[in-house]
Amino acid sequence: MTVVTASPQKTSARPDGRRAARKPRRTIALNLLAVAIGLGLWTLLASVGVQGLPGPLTVAARGGELIADGTLLGDVLASLRRVFVGFALGTLLAIPVGFLMGWYATARGLLEPYIQFFRTIPPLAIIPLAIVLMGIGEVPKVFVIFLAAFLSSVVSTFQGVVDVDKTLINAARVLGASDRTIFLKVVVPASTPFILVGMRIGLGSAWGTLVAAELIAAQEGLGFRMQQAQLYYDLSTIFVGLIAIGVLGLVMDRLLLLAERRLTGWQERR
Amino acid sequence: MTTAKISFREISKTYPLKDTVFTALDRVSLDIADEEFVTVVGPSGCGKSTLMSMAAGLVEPTGGEVLVDGAPVTGPGPDRGVIFQQYALFPWLTVRKNVEFGLRLAGLAPEERRARAERAIELVGLADFADALPKMLSGGMKQRCAIARAYAVNPRVLLMDEPFGALDALTRVQLQDQLLHTWSQERRTVMFITHDVDEAVYLARRVVVMAARPGRIHKIVDVDLPYPRTEEMRLSPEFSGIRAEVWHSVYHQAPAA
Repeated sequence: MTVVTASPQKTSARPDGRRAARKPRRTIALNLLAVAIGLGLWTLLASVGVQGLPGPLTVAARGGELIADGTLLGDVLASLRRVFVGFALGTLLAIPVGFLMGWYATARGLLEPYIQFFRTIPPLAIIPLAIVLMGIGEVPKVFVIFLAAFLSSVVSTFQGVVDVDKTLINAARVLGASDRTIFLKVVVPASTPFILVGMRIGLGSAWGTLVAAELIAAQEGLGFRMQQAQLYYDLSTIFVGLIAIGVLGLVMDRLLLLAERRLTGWQERR
Repeated sequence: MTTAKISFREISKTYPLKDTVFTALDRVSLDIADEEFVTVVGPSGCGKSTLMSMAAGLVEPTGGEVLVDGAPVTGPGPDRGVIFQQYALFPWLTVRKNVEFGLRLAGLAPEERRARAERAIELVGLADFADALPKMLSGGMKQRCAIARAYAVNPRVLLMDEPFGALDALTRVQLQDQLLHTWSQERRTVMFITHDVDEAVYLARRVVVMAARPGRIHKIVDVDLPYPRTEEMRLSPEFSGIRAEVWHSVYHQAPAA
């Protein structure tokens, strides 16, 4: 999962190099080896009797049970739905707002204080307020995720618009482009890499906020399931939940990375 | 020269500093005739690029005015093609799409657009790379693409801001010859900014030497060599003589009073 950084710097906003696309066989072998060693250590720790720690096999068995009775699927779907709704709303709003802020100094002046202020508040700290104002249904959970996704993407989009190479804008102007054309044909494509990086960071924040948001009186969801398991000292279920969160997060991040590569393959990479 | 294509009249550009005023250009006047090839050389800070940007309509003078075809410049327009040192290609568009960019804005029909882009791309020798993205191109090829993009809209004036400055010496010479070749086929008015004395003399009919602090015209050197310019000419004593004259006026300028 992408690290949830508060401010995407220009350097880190450059999407990853293509190196990762084609890993040499050796690297893959080393990756697999690392996983095997990790599992081995885990088994070892569990067998020497670290208090209540289940081994990989126990966790796998528990995972099988949870899959078989449909609990895991239900939880995953509930969690994914929240993340997607919050994330989609967040980025859908972040992109136009980011463009507005980057393009119009007035909009920037009016909006920036709020964005910068709310960015310093961890979205989780909003939960008490969200519960008081929105009750304990789906709305406050989605809202908190929305806020996390919005705040991380908006800054990146805004930065992307501000950083558009002035020479490119001039090149379009001397060819007779109007402001509208410059915006649509130069600023939008030039800031796409930043928007996509913002989306990845936003998805990271959204996913990271999920579990805590599900502590608000949820009936299902990965966070809720882990919370329940904690009450019953059910470590295996907690592990299943953690692994599911990790795997899903990784898959979503890879999907966005793929989209990013497809859409911004024109970039020169140094 | 009664009807200058580009006419700089008493151009000044000043920037307010903390307690003084910095004069980037001080009442510069220069006329460039239709179909003339003029190069502008001078030390950095002499305002040569600023002067060109004013003709392009990208920078406004604080005093005086720039006329193109007798009308004051109010902003950029496709009648004046600009080539930037940093190529300024749209990296997400292929060579062909880059070249078509201006034609699209001009509202040309697709077939016409296609044909004109094709021609411009062929003119600069990039036909084999028409569908490549800029990232695949070398520096010289990128600049050729930028030149094709400017040519495609068929501007009467070409404004070139140190276009070959970032290229290696060999590529630079090739592009100079190519530029002169296309210019001999389709005469345009060219204002070419450079810091390379050799390049300035080889390309131009007149070399404008500027001085800095404040930016002003120091000297104008006529290059009495016929076109087409050749390699022999570049190595001739006449060329060396003119080159020496320009060199001296660039590098041994009397400090401003």
